[in-house]
Amino acid sequence: MDPKFYLIVASILFVIGVEGFILRRNIIVILMSIELMMNAVNLTLVVFSRHYLGTMDGHVVAFFSMALAAAESAIGLAIVIAVFRLKRTTSSDDMTIMKG
Amino acid sequence: MEVFLFIIFSILSIGGGILAITQKNPLACAISLAVTFLAIAGFYTLLSASLVAVMQVLVYAGAIMVLVIFVIMLLNLPEEEYEQEKITVPRIILGVVIGVPLLIVFFNTLGQLDLKPIGAPPDPDNYGSIESVGKLLFTQYIYPFEIISVLLLVAIVGAVILAKRHLD
Repeated sequence: MDPKFYLIVASILFVIGVEGFILRRNIIVILMSIELMMNAVNLTLVVFSRHYLGTMDGHVVAFFSMALAAAESAIGLAIVIAVFRLKRTTSSDDMTIMKG
Repeated sequence: MEVFLFIIFSILSIGGGILAITQKNPLACAISLAVTFLAIAGFYTLLSASLVAVMQVLVYAGAIMVLVIFVIMLLNLPEEEYEQEKITVPRIILGVVIGVPLLIVFFNTLGQLDLKPIGAPPDPDNYGSIESVGKLLFTQYIYPFEIISVLLLVAIVGAVILAKRHLD
């Protein structure tokens, strides 16, 4: 099967992640959109390492990316909890402490 | 068979992704995203990356989604908190301005892409197995591996400090 179909799905998933990041105001959903984008990139890495390089370097990099995503979501959700304690909201429009 | 499974996984992953960003309830978003993660694990299996597929299920669909759902339930948001979220016109314009060119660039690049393997065809017995990926991880990529472990340590300490009740 042509590996391009995998890449098409990965790019569609990446764009869905971007749209979720832009359109949504709930910071938990924004974090989930970032996870979706990272997943799309991981899929691209594995496709290229299978059908282009023929080695497993892409798998290793996908592992690093997974560890990075785990660390990122742990920190991100800790920040969500800390902000929720302070402001009682999860909407990014209401988080204007830093005048953003 | 591969084509059939690919179509099913594509529908599941893209449908789950679209649901994940359109649902109002964050819990429904999280469940839809878990479906997407599982479908991507299916793609990894089709690409004979068995170890990555298992890690995808364990780390993403398991650990990260449980963490997200745990936080959503811990915050226990009142319904009006997420029901009042509105998508305004400027935001839609921004989404179109960024999303459409991105898709055009991706598809344009894919159209011109000439995917010819540069290496030898992979050995079907060993490709993607725990042994071969582990060997690569602990020889060629040993320094990035150690740096990632330090990063995880920093993340643990950071999460504990951030979630402490009094920041002083």
